[in-house]
This record gives sequence, C-alpha cells and structure tokens, in this order.
Amino acid sequence: MASIPPLDWISVAPSELSVGELIAWATRADCGAIVAFSGTVRDSSGSHDEIEALEYETSEELAERSIREIVGVARRRWPALGAVAVHHKTGRVALTETAVVVVVSSPHRQEAFAAAQFCIDTLKESVPMWKRDVWSGGSEWSSDTRDIIKVREG
Amino acid sequence: MPRLVFLGPAREAAGTRHDVIDADTVAAVLDEAKVRYGRAFEEIVAVSQIWVNGEVVSFDTPVGPYDEIAVLPPVSGG
Repeated sequence: MASIPPLDWISVAPSELSVGELIAWATRADCGAIVAFSGTVRDSSGSHDEIEALEYETSEELAERSIREIVGVARRRWPALGAVAVHHKTGRVALTETAVVVVVSSPHRQEAFAAAQFCIDTLKESVPMWKRDVWSGGSEWSSDTRDIIKVREG
Repeated sequence: MPRLVFLGPAREAAGTRHDVIDADTVAAVLDEAKVRYGRAFEEIVAVSQIWVNGEVVSFDTPVGPYDEIAVLPPVSGG
C-alpha cells in the first residue's frame, strides 16, 4: 500500500473552530488513533469569576510561524504521526466556545496522546498570544501569563 | 527604518500596533520608543521578550531598514 504523506494544518484566525471538522480531516487509513484537545472558555479565571468571554490578540503571522515550529519539533520527536492540526481562534471567544484545538492522528495511541499534549503545552508557553478576561463589568489582560520560551528540539 | 510591532499589553501601552524608528540597534530603537510612549510602555518592555524577524535577540543586536522588531510581553494563549 502506498504510504500517505503527513499533513499539517495550522491556522490562527478569527473564524469559529470545529473539533469535529478537524477530527474528520485527521482520519486516515494508516492511523488507528486520533487524539483531540479542545480548549474552551470557562466561567472563571485566576482573578475573575463570571467570565463572559475571552478576547485573543496576536500577530497571525508570528503565531502561525511559532505553531509551525512546534509541529515540526513534534514530528521529529514522534516520526510516526499522521495528521497534525493546531488551530487557535483570535478575537472574541464566548463562554463555552472553543479557543484552541489540537488534533493528532497516528498509527497507535501512545504517540498521538504524547504529541497532542506536547503541542498544547508548548503552545501555551511559546506562541505570541494574549487574552483579555471579559466580564459584565469590564475587561483586563489575563493575569495567567508565562514568559515566552521558544520551542526547542529534544 | 526598522519597523516595530507591539502586541497585546505592549500595543495597549504604546497606543499603537506599529511604528518606525531610525536607530541601528535593538536597544537604541527601544530607547526611542520608551521616550515616545512613556512609563507604562517602559515597564512592559522590561518584562518582554524582543524578537527580530521572528528570532529572539539581545538588546545589542544591530538592526537595519528591513528588520521587524516585535515586543512580546509574557503570553497567555490557549
């Protein structure tokens, strides 16, 4: 059987995210495992309750470049990966809506779990992205911040 | 002239997303930016990472007319 080339799908954009669409896209004949992570807006942050939305701000170019570096490292670390999708919504994301999705397919579950966790954990510390907490009385930059750590091999 | 990009809290403190400043090192560009944008911006720069053309750099890095300097405060994506 001819091998299926690996595929990456990276997006940083204001459009709404669909986990189901990305799972369908990552489904491949040579992969028996698909792991999906969906990061959704919850009603409390480190400093506020009754959160109504988050507002994400970035440079789409810098963020997509950074995510591409993360996926590249993941592929070198887990060469068996099939499809890898990492999508981050920008702008306003309402309560319970999806802000970020990582979907990884691979022949077996171990590398799919490991690579998906690596991608979301590394995204949170290395991708240039900032969010504001929005509640009924106002908004402010999230206090849940991390110094940027550029993704590294190994 | 080197082009500046301010993101997130740095954009808010500067009151603009872009600027151009004629200077020949990262430090010299940022010193002029601090003069233009004041104390709040200076405090943000103190905790920010500086990228030139997408790469982490030190303050003494030379910059030229086609370089893009990004000021990146601590992040909160995901």
